[in-house]
Amino acid sequence: MSAARTGAVTTAGTGRMARFIDWVDERFPLTAMMKEHVTEYYAAKNFNIWYVFGVLALVVLILQLVTGIFLTMNYKPSAEDAFASVEYIMREVEWGWLIRYMHSTGASMFFVVVYLHMFRGLMYGSYKAPRELLWIVGMLIYLALMAEAFMGYLLPWGQMSYWGAQVIVSLFGAIPVVGDGLVEWIRGDYFISDITLNRFFALHVVAVPLALLLLVVVHILALHTTGSLNPDGIEIKEKKGPDGIPLDGVAFHPYHTSKDLVAIIAFAIVFSAVLFFAPEMGGYFLEHANFEPANLLKTPDHIAPVWYFTPFYAILRAVPSKGWGAFLMLASIVLLFLLPWLDRCKVKSIRYRGWQFKVALLAFAVSFVALGFLGLQPATEKVYVYAARFFTLVYFAFFLLMPLYTSRERTRPVPERVVYHGHE
Amino acid sequence: MSEEASVSRRHFLTVATSVTGVVGLALTAAPFIASFRPSTRARALGAPVTVDISRLDEGAMVRVVWRGQPVWVLHRSKEMLERLADEKSALKDKDSAESIQPEYARNATRALRPEFLVVIGNCTHLGCAPLERFEVAPADLGPDWVGGFFCPCHGSKFDLAARVMDGSPAPTNLVIPPYRFVGEELIIVGEDAGAAA
Amino acid sequence: MVSHLLSKFLHSGLVTLAGALALAGPALAAGGGGSFQQPANNDVSNVASLQRGARNFVNYCQGCHSAKYVRYNQLARDLGMTEEQVIGNLMFGAAKPTETMDIAMRPADGLRWFGIAPPDLSLIARSKGANYLYNYLRTFYVDPKRPAGVNNLMLPNSAMPHVLWDLQGLQTAVFEEEEHNGVRQVVFRKFEQVSPGKLSPGEYDEFVRDTVNFLDYIAEPMKLKRQSLGILVIAFLLVFGIFAYLLKQEIWKDVK
Repeated sequence: MSAARTGAVTTAGTGRMARFIDWVDERFPLTAMMKEHVTEYYAAKNFNIWYVFGVLALVVLILQLVTGIFLTMNYKPSAEDAFASVEYIMREVEWGWLIRYMHSTGASMFFVVVYLHMFRGLMYGSYKAPRELLWIVGMLIYLALMAEAFMGYLLPWGQMSYWGAQVIVSLFGAIPVVGDGLVEWIRGDYFISDITLNRFFALHVVAVPLALLLLVVVHILALHTTGSLNPDGIEIKEKKGPDGIPLDGVAFHPYHTSKDLVAIIAFAIVFSAVLFFAPEMGGYFLEHANFEPANLLKTPDHIAPVWYFTPFYAILRAVPSKGWGAFLMLASIVLLFLLPWLDRCKVKSIRYRGWQFKVALLAFAVSFVALGFLGLQPATEKVYVYAARFFTLVYFAFFLLMPLYTSRERTRPVPERVVYHGHE
Repeated sequence: MSEEASVSRRHFLTVATSVTGVVGLALTAAPFIASFRPSTRARALGAPVTVDISRLDEGAMVRVVWRGQPVWVLHRSKEMLERLADEKSALKDKDSAESIQPEYARNATRALRPEFLVVIGNCTHLGCAPLERFEVAPADLGPDWVGGFFCPCHGSKFDLAARVMDGSPAPTNLVIPPYRFVGEELIIVGEDAGAAA
Repeated sequence: MVSHLLSKFLHSGLVTLAGALALAGPALAAGGGGSFQQPANNDVSNVASLQRGARNFVNYCQGCHSAKYVRYNQLARDLGMTEEQVIGNLMFGAAKPTETMDIAMRPADGLRWFGIAPPDLSLIARSKGANYLYNYLRTFYVDPKRPAGVNNLMLPNSAMPHVLWDLQGLQTAVFEEEEHNGVRQVVFRKFEQVSPGKLSPGEYDEFVRDTVNFLDYIAEPMKLKRQSLGILVIAFLLVFGIFAYLLKQEIWKDVK
């Protein structure tokens, strides 16, 4: 029985290859690592579609690293040449347009899969003990990703690059006492200049990707220590067979790998549809104003950050005070870190939790999307301002009231084993 | 389905998926590899160079740059061609069998028209630029010197058809680029008569 | 062209999707009323139109506007022309077909003559959109208050003179005051032709459409290529996906 759930790699050959692997194993734990993380890593068999976004994020990360390296070969990080060098890549480098569109589409798709991955965590309680560190490392990855995306967006040196950076960097000026000095320190100049571009380039291309890679390794190691959770929120390690393998687990390879491959291909089809047929995505992935070179004297009529930042941007604008706006924006992210301790409910999965959490999570999701929409709108409409205030309130209520409503939840009994209807 | 059929079906699908995946990866890698080739701009900058020879006196030479390399256009005088004809020095590759040049320049004068030598001015030894020494028997080059090119780096000697002389470290004659004449006044370096047709 | 139609379909589908996420705000923000606006309906796969547009561009636009990211020999390749045809019909200032479509006018001169340096037009269709350009070039009207004697509905107080006036002729715009929710507004009503141009209104629209089509093409010369490649890539992924799905089903048979 259990043999069927383990990795199928059992035939230990005696040939030259096997001897070579033995040779390596005496010097590096290759086989041991493969077993621990791939062929004998057991994850629940009842994963649903929400469980593919982690691996998709990893795929996009690799794509961004590879395309980024190739873009760096032709991009010039100077105010004088940056814009022209991007057009050079688009028009003159063989296949440069494909590589650039992969990178620009990848940036947005990264956030699509990461947001869905995070929402999965919220639904099924993936942040709860003993996975607090896993969640925190994941949040750090999210922060690093935001920094990476923000600095990368300056590099094409278009109008939106320039004024977007101007607005976001100015936010740091809201910090009491050190604010103004800090803004100057970040820019390295009295305005967003060639110097700023050059350092953002270094951070975007070297520093942050290194940090991201390291954090992703830590994230995966933490995951493999606690084990993956599942849509039922049941710890499969607690029910093991005589062979020591979780009864509800199947080996990562070949079971989850074969499933993930299907997901990766499906994702690649969606990705290609955007890349080849709508690379600007109607101005959401590549903003129209960014096809105009940066002009220090002329702000575009309507500045909106790229869509993945707009929920936080809407929170910022909802408050008629620079200091409080920036504080709330910061708080909206910090609260996410505290989630494991704000949630008092013992039950992990939304399947067995009370109506309070279900309603709260739905309200949170709606307010996040609504804030994302409002962040894209011009700041002039009064209706939008009031709407942004309302949804900001909902956003914060989700976190701040959480200890209250989660401790009163009437939960349903959690089953002993995961719910799974096998292939006949 | 029987056990055996299932095993062979699984085997087939594994192979089919793996092969398709490898093909897909290779196809994805192709544009990345191709992006290393000279870009449109590089090719535009490496486009053929036109040299006006209408005012180039006999015995005079002009230098132009083509694809980052110095190209010499030497207007050989009658007297220079005579000197070349009764060359006494031993040559390493007299018939240019080992050297690089278009087929139409593989002759005694290494040229389309004997009076014009078009040659890339990089020594075939280690890439220095030889100097033009068209005088006969100067003190430093000895009595046998009938004019040619001398490389100051490692002492390679070339005659007026850019052929390397025995005793030079350079292995082959200087390289002749593709070129063609347009009427009597212009030479286009970097383009064959074949390409223009 | 199949790929073109499919791309239009996919494009609209995807944009609707994005719009559903963000309810298509900015698209509406541009015009403000906009009864005079019409879609450009240009087609970058129409090579004949691109050729006419290229000729229009070099004759009427390139006096002041460069397209500095575009090379003449690239036009030759994409527009189905020989290099000789490009040299004969499109190249006036440039020496070699490998050169970019630069202009002799220095930005400082433009600044002095028009109060603003005429922008490079390589990417104008990506930053403004083809529809905008189409309507911009059609809605110049006589306005003696402006230094160039004309104004524009799409870009009020535009610094650009009406370069195409001899083709379109001159028109005046009729405005009316209107009350909207208690606020008095000046609203555009209609154009009135003052003097006829060399082209009929229909011919002029075609002229502008070709020109805009050319601008659309130079803004993203790889557009047709990416669309046809996209079909192949997605077809390949579908086949790959079928194999991978069947394999996954086969492997998961073990799991009870």
